Amino acid sequence: MYYRRTLTDAQINRELLDVVFRTPMWWVVIVSCLGLIVAGAASAFGFMMNQGLGVTGLQQPIFWGFFITNFIFWVGISHAGVMISAILRLSQAEWRRPMVRAAETMTVFALMTSLLQPLIHAGRPWRIFYWVFPYDWARGIWPDVRSPLVWDPTAIITYLTSSSLFVYTALIPDLAIIRDRSTGWRRTVYGILALGWHGNPRQWKLQGIAGILLSALILPVFVSVHSIVSWDFGVSLVPSWHVTVFAPYFVIGAVHSGVSAVVTLMILMRKLYKLENFIWEEHIDAVARLLIVVATAWLFFFWLDLVFALWLKEEQEMTVWHLRLFEPPWSWLFLAFIVFSYIIPVPLWMFRRVRRSFTWMLWTSLMVNVGMFLERLIIIVPALMRKGPWVFTYDTYRPSAVEVTLIVGSIALVALLLMLFSKFFPLIPVWEEKEGQKLIDEVKVGDRVIPALVKEH
Amino acid sequence: MATRTQSTRADHKWGMVIDLDRCTGCQACVIACQSENNIPLNDQSAFLDGRAIEWIRVERYWEGDYPDIKARFLPVLCQHCDNAPCESVCPVYATYHNNEGLNVQVYNRCVGTRFCGNNCPYHARLFNYWEPVWPEDLRNQLNPDVTVRTRGIMEKCTFCIQRIRRSTRGGKQVEDQAFNPACVQACPTDAMTFGDLNNPDSRVSQKWEDERAFRVLEALGTNPSVKYLKQVDAHA
Repeated sequence: MYYRRTLTDAQINRELLDVVFRTPMWWVVIVSCLGLIVAGAASAFGFMMNQGLGVTGLQQPIFWGFFITNFIFWVGISHAGVMISAILRLSQAEWRRPMVRAAETMTVFALMTSLLQPLIHAGRPWRIFYWVFPYDWARGIWPDVRSPLVWDPTAIITYLTSSSLFVYTALIPDLAIIRDRSTGWRRTVYGILALGWHGNPRQWKLQGIAGILLSALILPVFVSVHSIVSWDFGVSLVPSWHVTVFAPYFVIGAVHSGVSAVVTLMILMRKLYKLENFIWEEHIDAVARLLIVVATAWLFFFWLDLVFALWLKEEQEMTVWHLRLFEPPWSWLFLAFIVFSYIIPVPLWMFRRVRRSFTWMLWTSLMVNVGMFLERLIIIVPALMRKGPWVFTYDTYRPSAVEVTLIVGSIALVALLLMLFSKFFPLIPVWEEKEGQKLIDEVKVGDRVIPALVKEH
Repeated sequence: MATRTQSTRADHKWGMVIDLDRCTGCQACVIACQSENNIPLNDQSAFLDGRAIEWIRVERYWEGDYPDIKARFLPVLCQHCDNAPCESVCPVYATYHNNEGLNVQVYNRCVGTRFCGNNCPYHARLFNYWEPVWPEDLRNQLNPDVTVRTRGIMEKCTFCIQRIRRSTRGGKQVEDQAFNPACVQACPTDAMTFGDLNNPDSRVSQKWEDERAFRVLEALGTNPSVKYLKQVDAHA
């Protein structure tokens, strides 16, 4: 039986809703700093729009660089949501409770940020609506459904819609709690958002069904989104992109980086919002054990990708892998990528002491995501540098200051949105915690102590 | 030949044959293309940044070892593939195959995803990183028949579609060699031949069947409308 600390309902309410009812100084400071970075990135974007994409480090054979890397990266991060909330909910993993909302919220914000990346990256972003929205407003022509770039927004907007619904459905009981505890305009706003929730049995039943249904509906998305994103590469003619293993390889890599990002987020939130009573060593331990499996599966697919190339010995493909593995600076980046995303963190996670240390887990999970960003960069850029025998330009890609600013800005944007969200809504679901408590309540019958609630399976 | 004409609806199927045994690498085609198609001047910095725009470029490579070494040239332009990898990846139909066998680029549709550029194995597609500018005294030499492309979009060789349109307007019948793209016209050694592959008597159709003919990167199955001629010298 899973060990649980006993908390009263009042204590849960107080500790989880604390930040909703008062604004600590550190929150204001962090939000302003993040806001400044986002504003800086927005002006960098404005500068790029004004001058043209010449301000990036992109050049003739390397048409895709940091922005597409970042796009893949954030879609990858977003996979945490479906992994944690849908799969763990359906498999009834008890330890998921404190992290479902954080994971789902991060999913939503990561997806929003990832959708921004192709927009930033496009040559004429002001015309992007012709591409994303398949409505024949004025041009007399529809988007070309053969293009993976049409599949992308379809997949991502599906995921975004279902994730937003998921977050919202799970939020309703908590919104009602906040409504009941607030006055004035705040009561009105939360009242409208709570959709008249009174917590009667019928509402609980519907909410439960909605949660399970949405989990089940999100499951196909779990497979589809990153598969489709990988097809941006898989269906192309570029050597080393043109491989069938990319879809599962990308999906599992996305789970690897996404779940690691949830670990980072949970540890930071625990520190900031003083959630020691809700996020324990046991939770992080459980996620870390999941991560060992995910990371190893991911390594297997990475290995397959490499082996397929070596097996074929196709000349151009070998040239790309040679660049990746042996030619600096790519060889250094490659080393950093494999060391950060697997060689350092996974063996460390084998130790219980590491898995239960918040400091170790914070740094290893951050390391994984640095590695995974590099992974995407190494997939994209070297392949383009050697995509054909006719690349007579042997220059390398150097991201410009504008690109770096926009990458930093995208990280700050997700962090900012998460800070804002966690200010107005509890990041740990109050009702889920209470439900968890109910499951471990015990009653004395005669001389026996038995669980107060029998969970249906 | 079945592979030659996928587009049967139209009267024309434009193609080109480049005789590498005649090419001297003089770059006249590059300059002619530059001035015909309103391509901004490629100064040194454009090359250093890897952003020079050349719809046709002359690739030079070496054959043999010093001192018995020969410089070889390969003019590369858009191959107008019948099975073009660039076309299917464009989300907005900015590039598509027209019924005259041309791979056409519609500038107004292009949003600049640059996927077509990635997917072109010939590096024939170029992106406008900056707004094009010309020196003041060159403004008046711009070709009025060719759109000046804005920044943020892709462009590439069109087989001088403006000349094709002007010559065939209104279903006008054209004689073989009545017009040529700028590069062909400028070639001093007559290495390039352009024409209608649907016309069996055209010069290009005859050269098309030359025993020296090959297509570049043929293994990719892109089925280009450009063939190269080269005598294979076993002792080179």
